[in-house]
Amino acid sequence: MVIKGKVHKFSDDINTDDIIAAKYLVSTDAQELGKHCMETISQNFSQSVSPGDIIVAGRNFGCGSSREHAPVAIKGCGISAVIAKSFAAIFFRNAINIGLPFLESLDVDKINDGDIIEIDLASGIIKNITQDKNYKTQAFPEFLQQIVQSGGLINWVKKCIR
Amino acid sequence: MGYTIAEKILLKHSGRKSIKPGEFIQASVDVALANDITAPLAISEFKKSGFKQVFNKNKIVLVPDHFAPAKDLKSANQCKILADFAKEQGIKNYFEIGSMGIEHALLPEKGIVLPGDLVIGADSHTCTYGALGAYATGMGSTDLARAYIDGKCWLKVPASMKFIYRGKLNKWVGGKDLILFTIGQIGVDGALYKVMEFCGPVINKLGMDDRFSICNMAIEAGARAGLIAPDAITKKFVAGFKRKSNFYQSDPDAVYEKTYEWDISKLEPLVACPHLPSNVKSVSSLKDVKVDQVVIGSCTNGRISDLRIAASLLKGKKAASGVKLIIFPATQKIYLQAVKEGLAEIFVKAGGVFSTPTCGPCLGGHMGILTEGEVAIATTNRNFLGRMGSPKSFVYLSNPAVAAASAITGKITHPAKI
Repeated sequence: MVIKGKVHKFSDDINTDDIIAAKYLVSTDAQELGKHCMETISQNFSQSVSPGDIIVAGRNFGCGSSREHAPVAIKGCGISAVIAKSFAAIFFRNAINIGLPFLESLDVDKINDGDIIEIDLASGIIKNITQDKNYKTQAFPEFLQQIVQSGGLINWVKKCIR
Repeated sequence: MGYTIAEKILLKHSGRKSIKPGEFIQASVDVALANDITAPLAISEFKKSGFKQVFNKNKIVLVPDHFAPAKDLKSANQCKILADFAKEQGIKNYFEIGSMGIEHALLPEKGIVLPGDLVIGADSHTCTYGALGAYATGMGSTDLARAYIDGKCWLKVPASMKFIYRGKLNKWVGGKDLILFTIGQIGVDGALYKVMEFCGPVINKLGMDDRFSICNMAIEAGARAGLIAPDAITKKFVAGFKRKSNFYQSDPDAVYEKTYEWDISKLEPLVACPHLPSNVKSVSSLKDVKVDQVVIGSCTNGRISDLRIAASLLKGKKAASGVKLIIFPATQKIYLQAVKEGLAEIFVKAGGVFSTPTCGPCLGGHMGILTEGEVAIATTNRNFLGRMGSPKSFVYLSNPAVAAASAITGKITHPAKI
């Protein structure tokens, strides 16, 4: 799967209260949540996203709460993938379970806000089209690829039970 | 090679012959917990899947504690989804308001979680039950939906880190200060994907309330779980419960990725400053910080010993002018005990609000939101930007003694000054 889009750059420790504030946890609708994605730290973020754009962030992305509303909001506002230096564990599993593509990369500091990049999830290669540079990341563990390829955890479980 | 207590619990629940960090396993859960903000998504995913009956109605727990008693129409709808699902599936561990409590205080009190259990919860502070020597870990709603289907969860076995505490605790210093100290030392991702194992002579002397406080905040260092091996104190706590406990200990030759060892004898009460739980400073260095709101309660510090400490300072005193003092016992049992012991009277006479159990203001839900420019000191567990309300408000985290002392003076205060 290849994803291409404009980069929205964030720093370290972007937490789940940043991604979707608790007051919005009265909805499970992706579009509704997406409107308020990153509102606390970047007021007009969701309006600035074109479908297919990519979040690039530092360490510990998604730290804090277990709220699955966080990756749902990110998907809901049109973001197609997240690249970060590292991911918080619960956000990591939520993103996989709902099929939000993401990659871990130590080269995030080299990517600038506004760059156009292309991600190949199967090979783990990130192409920075704006800067004409490539970065290699580690491919996903096979088991996690199975979940993503099945279209999320519930689909994977249904396949297994069959 | 020996196993850590976490590895033993995961091994037992995976049905495998051996286990090691980094491996992916499918494990059977003893308890699958969710609340009013996370269960609706889990229930909707479960229903969409086409499965009709949950795997085991006795292992599912539903607690409407976050935005309950229903704070608005949408929250009321979410609470109703839980009530309806519990009725439809015959789930008896559904706690309506009036019997509900803050989930991570309620479940141990009811004996729903026991030593040796594998517990998954759609709430990041599920790690609290590690204080019982259970493997308890936070997950998302879809993980819970999966568990509703087949009673299992996927796990990547984490490596364990050991945290040894030596020396003697000073007065007014307790479990909350130990975990704040630890997160201050290692950072909010210092234990990312790891199991934190808390041990040493200081831990051995702590009561269960302090142990729950410590394990509650393991997530704030990025950990998958935080455990304290069960001992006589744990055994006494669970003695009356029907279901069987399994008491695991780490093997002497268990492998830890890293070990930290500290003498905490010089520790004074600590405070986490805005806007990260790792931004930890000594209480004395913050004596000029004015507060507008003081919150005493939550799954971190809403238990009876927390309320007793707060009451011992507030007795015969009043909250400073302009300070909003809000106190949340974590369960109805604790609430009644506080009334019986005269603590509730002390809090109300001090000019405080004594509230029904709820997560309330901890996550900026209800029952005490901060507006622009306001400062709170709270016995809660997270102080990210906008956590308790306005993105232009400020949250400091502390133990109950510091919070109570600060309510009296209107500034962040060392309890010894009262």
